[in-house]
Amino acid sequence: MKDVRILHGELSPGNAMTAFSAAHPEAGGVVSFVGKVRPDKDVEELELKHYAPLTLAGMEDLADETLAHWPLDGLLLHHRTGKMKPGDPIVLVAAAAKHRRDAFEAADFAMDHLKSDAWFWKREKRDGEWHWIDPRPQDHADLKRWKA
Amino acid sequence: MSVKLVFLGKLADLAGAPDKDVPGPLDWQGLLDALPGPLGEAVKGERTRVAVDGKLLADKTALSASDGDEVALLPPVSGG
Repeated sequence: MKDVRILHGELSPGNAMTAFSAAHPEAGGVVSFVGKVRPDKDVEELELKHYAPLTLAGMEDLADETLAHWPLDGLLLHHRTGKMKPGDPIVLVAAAAKHRRDAFEAADFAMDHLKSDAWFWKREKRDGEWHWIDPRPQDHADLKRWKA
Repeated sequence: MSVKLVFLGKLADLAGAPDKDVPGPLDWQGLLDALPGPLGEAVKGERTRVAVDGKLLADKTALSASDGDEVALLPPVSGG
């Protein structure tokens, strides 16, 4: 039903989606979102840190909350940690459902919450120096959409 | 035995290390005493959360950690 992982190595969205789709033959539709390290000419590297006791448990709770809101056949949340290069995939969210609207909304909901609520700390290397990234106000505004 | 402090995000930079062992038991004042300067100020900041053995404290000033506990100091997340 749910497939929640923190990946310390490479994230391969293609392989993960093939497996997810095969695991839910009953679904009428599958929606997926891949988040990547945004290509920015100043950013040489990005590092994501997490705190295992909170981060994975938080993602599991988010998956349960999403499954409770929408009638899904399956939900996948995969998130990378460690060092990445611009263009590398960081996060994969996928929802399988009987009908597309549930799959779209569930994936959107899960992604907005991962972006602003999940226990990850991010830093970027620019000109050879690491800088911690603060949360974006837009991410919190995105989250409010679901609290109306 | 001791209490293990774990510093996340920019707090690890301020601490100069990802973690630190301090003698237990440890309460809020003991924590602040163990973290002087900018690190202590950052931990006091209202956006910094504290977890003991993976459980977030609703009120971090109620911290009560014993030998063998892990106390995580969590600055605001940057998002995934």
